[in-house]
Amino acid sequence: MLPELGHFALILAMLLAALQAFFGIAGPALGRDRWTAAVTPAVAGQFVMVSTSVACLIASFVANDFSVTYIAENSNSALPLGYRVAAMWGAHEGSLLLWIFLLGCWTVAVAIGVSRLPPRFAARVLGVLGVVSFGFLLFTLATSNPFLRLDPPAPDGRDLNPILQDPALAIHPPILYTGYVGFAVAFAFGCAAMLEGRMDQMWARWTRPWATSAWAFLSVGIALGSWWAYYELGWGGYWFWDPVENASFMPWLMGTALIHSLAVTEKRGLFKSWTLLLAVLAFSLSLLGTFLVRSGVLVSVHSFAADPTRGIFILVFLIVMIGGALTLYAWRAPLLKSQAGFDLLSRESFLLFNNILLVIGAATVFAGTMAPLISDALNLGTLSVGTPYFNPTFMLSMLPLLALLSLGIRANWKRGRLGAAQRTILTTLVIAAIAGVILVYGVYSHGKVLSPVAATLGAWIILSSLVDPIDRIRRKLTLPRSVIGMSVAHIGLGIFVISVTTVESFTLERDVALGQGESAVVGNYEFRFQGIKPIEGPNYNGVEGTVVVTRHGVPTSVAYPQKRQYWVQRQVTTEASIQMHHGSNVFVALGDELGAGKWSVRFQIRPLVNFLWLGAFIMAVGGAIAATDRRYRVAPQAVTAPVATPGVAAGEGAG
Amino acid sequence: MNRFILPLGIFALLAIVLAIGIKRSPEKGIIPSPLIGKAAPQFTLPVLADSSRTLSSADLKGRWYVFNVWGTWCYECRAEHEALLEIQKLAQVPIIGLDWKDEEPDAVRWLAELGNPYEVVAADREGRTAIDWGVYGAPETFLVDPQGVVVYKYVGAMTLEAWQTRFVPRLPPRRAAKS
Amino acid sequence: MMRRVVIHTVLVCLLVASASTYAVDPTEMPTPELQRRYLGLTHELRCMQCQNEAISDSPVSLAADLRRQVREMLLAGKSDDDVRNYMVARYGDFILFRPRVAASTIWLWAAPGVLLLIGAAVAVRITKQRAALVAQDNEPVDEDIRSS
Repeated sequence: MLPELGHFALILAMLLAALQAFFGIAGPALGRDRWTAAVTPAVAGQFVMVSTSVACLIASFVANDFSVTYIAENSNSALPLGYRVAAMWGAHEGSLLLWIFLLGCWTVAVAIGVSRLPPRFAARVLGVLGVVSFGFLLFTLATSNPFLRLDPPAPDGRDLNPILQDPALAIHPPILYTGYVGFAVAFAFGCAAMLEGRMDQMWARWTRPWATSAWAFLSVGIALGSWWAYYELGWGGYWFWDPVENASFMPWLMGTALIHSLAVTEKRGLFKSWTLLLAVLAFSLSLLGTFLVRSGVLVSVHSFAADPTRGIFILVFLIVMIGGALTLYAWRAPLLKSQAGFDLLSRESFLLFNNILLVIGAATVFAGTMAPLISDALNLGTLSVGTPYFNPTFMLSMLPLLALLSLGIRANWKRGRLGAAQRTILTTLVIAAIAGVILVYGVYSHGKVLSPVAATLGAWIILSSLVDPIDRIRRKLTLPRSVIGMSVAHIGLGIFVISVTTVESFTLERDVALGQGESAVVGNYEFRFQGIKPIEGPNYNGVEGTVVVTRHGVPTSVAYPQKRQYWVQRQVTTEASIQMHHGSNVFVALGDELGAGKWSVRFQIRPLVNFLWLGAFIMAVGGAIAATDRRYRVAPQAVTAPVATPGVAAGEGAG
Repeated sequence: MNRFILPLGIFALLAIVLAIGIKRSPEKGIIPSPLIGKAAPQFTLPVLADSSRTLSSADLKGRWYVFNVWGTWCYECRAEHEALLEIQKLAQVPIIGLDWKDEEPDAVRWLAELGNPYEVVAADREGRTAIDWGVYGAPETFLVDPQGVVVYKYVGAMTLEAWQTRFVPRLPPRRAAKS
Repeated sequence: MMRRVVIHTVLVCLLVASASTYAVDPTEMPTPELQRRYLGLTHELRCMQCQNEAISDSPVSLAADLRRQVREMLLAGKSDDDVRNYMVARYGDFILFRPRVAASTIWLWAAPGVLLLIGAAVAVRITKQRAALVAQDNEPVDEDIRSS
């Protein structure tokens, strides 16, 4: 009963999404105010239907309804309750439903948020979101229905993939998708502006909090995925430049450029076509990511079971959405010129460099990710691109960006006046350089050339971000959330940079064969292997090793690395022991039994690695703070900026 | 005007690449072999269950042969075994087997139970010869011509259909007709 | 049929790789230099069966065989390039994580540099344009950086 209800609700949701799209776009275009007004009820109705559908699916999971194919493939009666719920988004079909649900949540939030904006513009935004919803609902119902029945029903399920039975990985998709999907809002705002034929500074102000919050969610989502990979995948790696990872990183880079470009457009009415293009591209890359993961075009550790039929469907959807938006862009963007100017060393300039470097960074990742596809399509052979390509090429655009950040953050709008800030700039640079050198050579006693440079840049960013807030507090000036948010986010970035530097430069790793009582020395630590004992859990059994950790001769802790075998899928996972010591991670993981009582064991010392994710999280917090600045929550007034930028095409009636 | 069309233009190219990618996606994960058109790797290995004999690539020169890499531990090899027996019955080209990283008693028992489509089986206990042939996932099947040049490589379980559509067309007509 | 086997292999490797059963490789080479080269090469070569892992990390027997091959070649005094060429001759370019710099990959390696040059040219053009505009600009703007 429940699955049928869920299925039916989904069909209704699709119809309502179609109405939402139709009323939202045709209403304002044809000047029909009744249609324009019908959008909001359509939004509400669609959301109710989608929520019903999701609720039905989750309820069926909890009730262990193995007559539904999707549930039989992804759950099991021995699966703990929490994971039975999380299993709903554990594979392709359900994760699509999650996507659609989160899009519904954003749409409802937008509907509430735009209720004080001009109704036709608001309707257009919701209409574009309706098109996206409709596309995904159609795709799900046509090719990826989670409610299909299994006849005869399975006696029990095939269990959720054991690696997904983990708290971080359970919440990683919802948070990540919230970010991915969130860029649809900025996309919709951009399309609405293009449909209206008008884009001004108020538009930028309206769009900014939506873009920033989506960006914050995506930051957390990516960081969670990286953190999970680190402690679950057993290699101590946190980023593999895997195609699916890149698929989430590219929208993030574009999103970062977008939120900065929006600042310029809001403040000075400049960079309009840039901002518009970035808004379109950020979501386009999200959609592209969806395509790459589900179409079988790229083979990846992360990808869902692939199917070319789905691939074709999504490709058509991509062509309609992205092709449509870019066509609009080609048509409307030429009209968005402005005559405002700025100095070479002004804030606008630095944000321009920021835009360019981030786009180049994203393009680099794009090139490396798509290279195997492109090479194959052009019959240039089977190409393989991994970390040895991405690391140096990505750094090529990022290092200049990190350096320019500390300068740009001190520049004034329009006229720069960096000269006045010269002293503080130099002071912060010198302190940062000293800190960087001490860190690299003092604490760790060695390093490649790049290490102190990168550490200095990270420290410089942190110091530079503190200058303005401290100055304001001292002079008792206002400290709006936008400034706090900006500073916090940049500090997070600086922490992240320092952490990446130490991890990449100073990680120690050794694989050793150890018998009972034998020890290995890695860095300042000594590890003594005390043997293995069998263990059992709710849906697995396995072995657990005992390793005594000693630092400089002083016993510090005991590590208990495990290897588990899950009963149903008979899969073996490694639960590494990860402990924090003096800010570093000490990582111990079991390898294989080598016979004669010996086991191979992997040891890693990773300095400051936790600050990597902490830094990312702080960035997201900064974004959240900035997004809740007062001026976004105050009712919009008439445009008060002194420059009414001449980015106008036709009037209201034209679409 | 032209620079605003650029994003759309780039996207159009991308869409084409993606479409080609989808069309070719069933072949993803199958790596084209760099051995095609080159001389078959030299090897000398003991013959399965007959330690007095060895098989070397020189022995095989002068005629067409099929080189099939298999192992008793390999699930898909079991699936293809029927097809190999059928192909052997067609008597067009001899099938030479490479028993990859297997235990001799297991392999002997397997052939006794399921039937032996091979003219002779070389035992690659250590896997060195397989590496020379660029094997990465059993079963894999090669077609080699009388000059000792590798003509074709097929990855995956052999089927009669694959034999007829992919191997036979590469044989000279006289040989293909022999049955 | 072919696709089924490919999917089967991929799934096995997905389970294996994502199961975080990886290889721990306690090989010790006789000198630190050789050890460094050994680790470098085994991290650089792709496991052809579980194609998202390096042979240093992959638990399948093919990876162990390939690691043995690297070990033996290094002990026999071969250079790093000899090892790479050996692998590429048998498995193609796909076995290398770092794409070779060759005619077919030159576009990939050149792309970042070319993009940077284009970006620099764009930056120069725009900043020149806007700096010229600001010279004639008397309009008051809240220039204070304190409002972003």
